[in-house]
Amino acid sequence: MSDVALLREPWPNLERQRYAASFGIWTFLATELLFFGGLFLSYAVYRSLHPEAFRVASHETAIAYGTTNTLILLTSSLIMTIAERAAVEGLRRLTITCLLVTAALGTAFLVVKGFEYAEDISKGLLPGPDFPLRPASTQLFWGLYWIMTGVHAIHLTVGIGVVLVLTALISRATIPLQTPASEVISLYWHLVDVIWVTLYALLYLPGRK
Amino acid sequence: MTDITADFAPATAPAPTNYLNDGTTLWSWLTTTDHKRIGILYALSITFFFFIGGIAIGIVRLELLTPQADVVGAEAYNRLFSLHGIIMVWFFLVPSIPATLGNFLLPMMIGAPDVAFPRLNLLSWYLYVGGALFTVYVILAGGVDTGWTFYTPLSTNYATGHVAAAASGVFVAGFSTIATGVNFVATTHMLRAPGMTWFRLPLFVWAIYAVSLVMLLSTPVLAMTLLLIIAERVFGMPVFDPARGGDPVLFQHLFWFYSHPAVYIMILPAMGVASELFTCFARRRVFGYTFMVYSLLGIAVIGFMVWGHHMFVAGQSPLASLVFSFLSFIVAVPSAIKVFNWTATLYRGQITFEAPMLYAMGFLALFTLGGLTGLHLASVPLDIHLHDTYFVIAHFHFIMVGGTVSAFLGGIHFWWPKITGRMYPESWARFAAITMFLGFLTTFLPQYVMGYGGMPRRYQIYLPEFQIYHVMSSVGALILAVAYILPLLYLGWSLLHGRRAGDNPWGASGLEWQTSSPPPKENFHGTPRVEHAPYLYHEETTGPDVDRRVPSQAREERP
Repeated sequence: MSDVALLREPWPNLERQRYAASFGIWTFLATELLFFGGLFLSYAVYRSLHPEAFRVASHETAIAYGTTNTLILLTSSLIMTIAERAAVEGLRRLTITCLLVTAALGTAFLVVKGFEYAEDISKGLLPGPDFPLRPASTQLFWGLYWIMTGVHAIHLTVGIGVVLVLTALISRATIPLQTPASEVISLYWHLVDVIWVTLYALLYLPGRK
Repeated sequence: MTDITADFAPATAPAPTNYLNDGTTLWSWLTTTDHKRIGILYALSITFFFFIGGIAIGIVRLELLTPQADVVGAEAYNRLFSLHGIIMVWFFLVPSIPATLGNFLLPMMIGAPDVAFPRLNLLSWYLYVGGALFTVYVILAGGVDTGWTFYTPLSTNYATGHVAAAASGVFVAGFSTIATGVNFVATTHMLRAPGMTWFRLPLFVWAIYAVSLVMLLSTPVLAMTLLLIIAERVFGMPVFDPARGGDPVLFQHLFWFYSHPAVYIMILPAMGVASELFTCFARRRVFGYTFMVYSLLGIAVIGFMVWGHHMFVAGQSPLASLVFSFLSFIVAVPSAIKVFNWTATLYRGQITFEAPMLYAMGFLALFTLGGLTGLHLASVPLDIHLHDTYFVIAHFHFIMVGGTVSAFLGGIHFWWPKITGRMYPESWARFAAITMFLGFLTTFLPQYVMGYGGMPRRYQIYLPEFQIYHVMSSVGALILAVAYILPLLYLGWSLLHGRRAGDNPWGASGLEWQTSSPPPKENFHGTPRVEHAPYLYHEETTGPDVDRRVPSQAREERP
């Protein structure tokens, strides 16, 4: 019965539809990588042009917050994987619980990030005429810091939103537990996590022994 | 052409409904997930934006009749050509063939009932219309004077007007391109009918597939580039600011990493359309099908590695310029293969000159000229002389207008009977096709000459010796305007009064012609089954019989 509810135009059967959903999201994730690729390229170019400035600037990032957030996000990915597996096995309660925990961990990340932003701003690390660090090219690093973490936070917010919508739809039984959407959302969540791990290495680790 | 009519052809009794009369309210159109209707929504909206962009350049051409400024001020002039460029590139050319003909035809050509993600397809149209309307509004209300290229530091530090708002409009429209690309790639991979193997795909499908890959890999980079412009302009983040160690040339690299492949986004689908038209109106199998496929993919891949030829005079290292120059020559090879193969397809064909064929011929001539002058610009020493002159303008208009718009109009005429179920008036269409070709040459050939003579692009006030070329160009633009308005009139007329078309008025071999005109909502009456390669206009081993013409039905029935 649930198979009939899930099947949509133009697919002949559910297996094919599930495969297509997977194919579609992988394709989309490739475009996401190129989207962030523009940022990574800018970072690589400027770091090779101004290695010393990047070392100085990166030293000012709040590594305690960054590390905490890395742990939070990695844990959320683990929970998300459990949720997806539970959905495949038909474990309804476990799926819903894990999805809620995933969304909560995502929100925790944003809260920690908010505290970190407040500290950065209080240290005057917004690029502008009164920027505390020298040379001037340290502002390039901090410009990229705000853009990279900001774009990532937007992605994470979208992720939390779709996880919550999925949870609501599953718990109200609007869509069956075995919906292809779980795999799609799970893969997106992992991408947001992978991007963060890369950002952590790029933004927090240089300039520290 | 009974030999190509398969068992999934429509039964003798006509289907009671087709996709056009299955719901006629405005709401049924705005909420449709039918790829055919979405294709038509796209066609209507790109036509609207095409004419806005056309009016803008019309005023520019009027201004350029004299060497002095006499119609508009300098600021308004800059805004007009920026409006023209931004609209024509992002809101007309990029979606032109893929989102209209591609949307309509891709599922039908592979024997599918719809695209892979129909709701995403509708969403892409809303993103496109939203982004485009917003951009046009901010350009008209506040103006953008950076040109379509948004070069820094002009766009970030100096330009007046709503640069950031316009960039965000383009950003949104970019997501529509990505959604379309995801859809088309998934559709081609996953929804081919039984027997429709990869090397039985019509070349139009291959072209749309290749262009979708280019869209997917390049558009996100444009999105990030625009985002960086917005971050610098609105939030004061130093990204390209030389005063703080930033590099404006980095912007150019990021921008052209999208915008050069974007040129192939515009021309690859046109090549697909041309392949369909030449085979049908020459009654020939396409010459060198496999080579045609690999040259499409080759252009898509090599097209990603040539962007640096836009920066020969921007302070790029000589080694980089050398490599980019070499690769730009290399990308001409697959393009030349296509030109030669189209020509060889015509050889010993039984050619008839219906309007779509005239457009296709125009495409071949203009694309070849535009491609050859591209080689001039790919050569570093020549480019230093020709950079930022009207020679460049003429070159890319030959490709984008002479190539893409010719093929687009040819395709619209060719598939008009399938889309609407009506024939267009043939004489008027031929007249419009020839007018467009002549008007185009009048407009853009003089631009090669004055560009070679040193007339810089984007200048409002120029030396008097260039006036004669500008006058020729402006007169040509007027002829072009007539050639663009004519189809709007007679195609509109044919919707109500055109002769009813049969299912396959051209005797064409594609799968889309094997269903009724207009097609039913689910495209086919039953699942198609494909048993042979495309373009089955004659036996594989023998050429078409020269003694016995197989005229298309349209020719027979013409009074």
